[in-house]
Parts: sequence; C-alpha cells; structure tokens
Amino acid sequence: MMSDNKFNLPMIDDQHDSSCCKPEDNPAADYETAAEAGWVVGQTGTPVGPVYQISTPLVYKDLLDTVRARLGMGRMKLAVPPGLYAVGTPDRFSPVLVSANYKLSFDALRRELTGLNLWVLVLNTKGINVWCAAGKGTFGTDEVIRMVDAVQLEKVVAHRTLILPQLAAPGVSAHEVRRRCSFRVIFGPVRAADIPAFINAGNKADPVMRRIPFGLRERLVLTPVELTALIKPLAGLILLLFLLNTAVTLVNQSPARPAILLSRTFSDLMPFLVAALIGVFLVPALLPYIPGRSLAWKGFILGLVWALLHWHFASLQSGWLITSAHFLLLPAITAFLGMNFTGSTTYTSLSGVVREMKIALPVIITASGLGMITLITSYFV
Amino acid sequence: MKFRYLKNVVTLHLDQNKCSGCGLCLEVCPQQVFTLGHGVSTITDRDACLECGACARNCPQDAISVRPGVGCAYAVLMDMFNLKGKCCGDNCGCTLEDYK
Repeated sequence: MMSDNKFNLPMIDDQHDSSCCKPEDNPAADYETAAEAGWVVGQTGTPVGPVYQISTPLVYKDLLDTVRARLGMGRMKLAVPPGLYAVGTPDRFSPVLVSANYKLSFDALRRELTGLNLWVLVLNTKGINVWCAAGKGTFGTDEVIRMVDAVQLEKVVAHRTLILPQLAAPGVSAHEVRRRCSFRVIFGPVRAADIPAFINAGNKADPVMRRIPFGLRERLVLTPVELTALIKPLAGLILLLFLLNTAVTLVNQSPARPAILLSRTFSDLMPFLVAALIGVFLVPALLPYIPGRSLAWKGFILGLVWALLHWHFASLQSGWLITSAHFLLLPAITAFLGMNFTGSTTYTSLSGVVREMKIALPVIITASGLGMITLITSYFV
Repeated sequence: MKFRYLKNVVTLHLDQNKCSGCGLCLEVCPQQVFTLGHGVSTITDRDACLECGACARNCPQDAISVRPGVGCAYAVLMDMFNLKGKCCGDNCGCTLEDYK
C-alpha cells in the first residue's frame, strides 16, 4: 500500500515531469491507487500510454465516501489521484474537462457524464473542491498549465480547448493560460449536470447555467458538518448544568440521586439544545424568509422568537433570573450560528462578513457573558 | 431566487474607460453583477457581489479590481485568534491573506 509505485499512474510520464509524481506532491499519502478504487473500469490507449477509464455511474463505495465527507470524517483521504482519465471511448477530437481532485467534486462530475466520450483532467487541488481551491489558488492558472504539461495533453488531443468549471474562475485566468500554454480555457457551467447540454450547444452556457443554485437542498447539505461541530460545546454545557444541579443538591443538603440529577440536567439543557437546532436547521431553511440581510441578525430573530415561546409555554412559573438567562443566551446562540452560516452560503462577501461581525460579535460576547453569570446565579438564588 | 447580502459593502470597482466590452466578466460572475450595454460592462447589481474575484482575474484589460476573499465568519474568527489551521479541518480552502 505504501510503496512509491502507487503514485506512478500510467497517464503521467515520469521522465517527462517527475515532479508531479512525488508523494509529497500528492494530497494524501494513504489514498488508494486509482486501480484499487471502485470507479476505474478499464484502460484506454493514447500516444503517451494507457489512461484509466472511469465509470460514470456511482458505485456503493462512492456513497460511503460521500457520507464520510458530509460528516467531516477523513476528508483528506478522499482525494483522487491527479492525472488524465477517460470517460467512454474518447478520441483525439473529444472534449477535455478539467476537475478538482476532491472526491465529491470528481463524483459530481463523472456521474453526469454517462454516454459521453471525453477526457477528464484531474488537477492536484490538495483534495479541496473547485470553488474553495479556486479561492485559495490551488485550482489556479499555474496548476492548469502544469497538469496539461505533465500528462502531455498536446499529444493526446488534436484540439487546444480546455473546459473548466465556471467556479474555477476566481483562480484561473483564461487569458493568462492562453498566453502561457497552447491551450485556451472555456468556462463551462456551474453545475456538472449541465455539462452534456453545454457540450451539445457547442460549448455555450445559457444564463441559468451560470448561476450558483442555493435552494433548500444546498442550504441544508452542510448541516451534518455543523452538527458535529456542536457536539463539543453541547457536551461542555451538559457538564456545566450537571455540576450546577449537583452543587445545588449539596448546598440544600438534599439526597443526590443520579437519576434525578440527570433528568434535571437534561430538562435544563432543552432550551439550549433547541436553540442550537434552530441555528443549524431553521436559520438555513428559512433564510430567504427571515427579515434583514445580516445572517447574525436573522439568527438573532429566530432565537428571540424561541426565547419568547419558551418563556410563554414552559417557564412562566420559573424565576426571573433563569428567564433572563434564556433571553440573553438563546438569541446569542442562534445569532452566532447564523453568523457562522456565512461560511456555507454562496453569496456572502468577506467585506460584508467583517462588517456584520463588528456589530454582532461584541453583542454576542456580552450577551453570552451576562447570560452565563445570570444562569449560574439562578441556581443559587 | 437570488440572495443579496449587506448593502454597499463590497470592494468591487470597474474602470469603464479600460473596458473593451468582451463580456468575460458576465460569463464568469456567478451572481450576475454585470450587464453589457453600449459596448462596455456596467455593475448593475453591486450588492449581489460576493467578492470571489473571478471577474478581476479574468479581465484581459485589467479594468476590474476587487479584494477577493471568502465570506466565512468562522474563518475570520479563527484568523482573529491566529488559529487559521482550525477552519474546516486542516483542509480549509479559504484564505484571508488578502484581507487586512
């Protein structure tokens, strides 16, 4: 498994460019070879040697990869070896698509290519998706030129056109590629699903293909990752509430029965848990319908609604201290999670995020601090 | 549905005197910020801009400038505490180096 040979993919000529085959140049030292991966179905001969042919329908293992990636587990291991791949039986005149080597980007592309004959040039974007890699520059002008060179693309195809995903445009300068190598860059559609239509239309994208979709599905797809990020803070809160309940029992010198302590802890946790779920599910789901533009504000509004509902239905009888703590903490939690959602959106600018944080962050920190003090005090008054 | 973020906040600038009207900015912009008329590009939906930098990088005339960056509060937060590597695992694709 760990031999150097596994990086010697046949489509990359070592003599021509050994630099691209060094293990340290690959995103992960322990990913499988393409041949071991379920998605290689054969080989195609080219003037520069055989090229792996990839399956277009996704296989069971791809599904596992997707689940792993969505849960944020071992993303670095989900890198596709960079190089040239064949879809169907491409010839010298078949189009060349360029892709990132993040497994999910690669899967999203290949499952849309059934029935087509073309080449896929996978860059080394260090296992990062197209959009993020373009922003960082790893899916960039230099990498495109380097990879075109490394696989000797000019000997494989007769034409000189590369089709890049539109979302690579922040990293790749089409006119610079043109100036520095013999190939020219065309930006294809945003979504891989539109590629067959794009090719059929003679490499033309209609306006809809140029937009990033951000519907309900896109807004909620990252929620599982957000949820896993919540486990630690929630565990901390459970511990705090448990200790507070234990301390109260000790102060009152009442018998500390574990079952009662636990049930109190979890009933105390409930409003916070719901606030967290509102922050990661409801804020993204209702994003277009919550008034205001700032995402922290949108979160704050839903948190305030929840604090009001909880006060009205559950805690009218409870003390004013715990109620105040809820009004300080619940909107702060949802505002923070709303603000955090900026990283999952497709429309928030850095300038905007910095501006909203300048207002939101001091408010959230103050409210959380006061809220925690009030919460702790409420147990002993 | 097209989302718009905060008003009048982005760093996008277009020098129409340099613009040749090639329309590549319209092609690469994922938010349809530009329109083409009378042979030059115009910024017609400024608040939709997410500062990805695709237009500036692909303008052959160098007529567009924008401070590119990733609009991610978590990344900004981690940067404030010098914990950049903690974002999105070690696999974070964003960079804040152009900001500051």
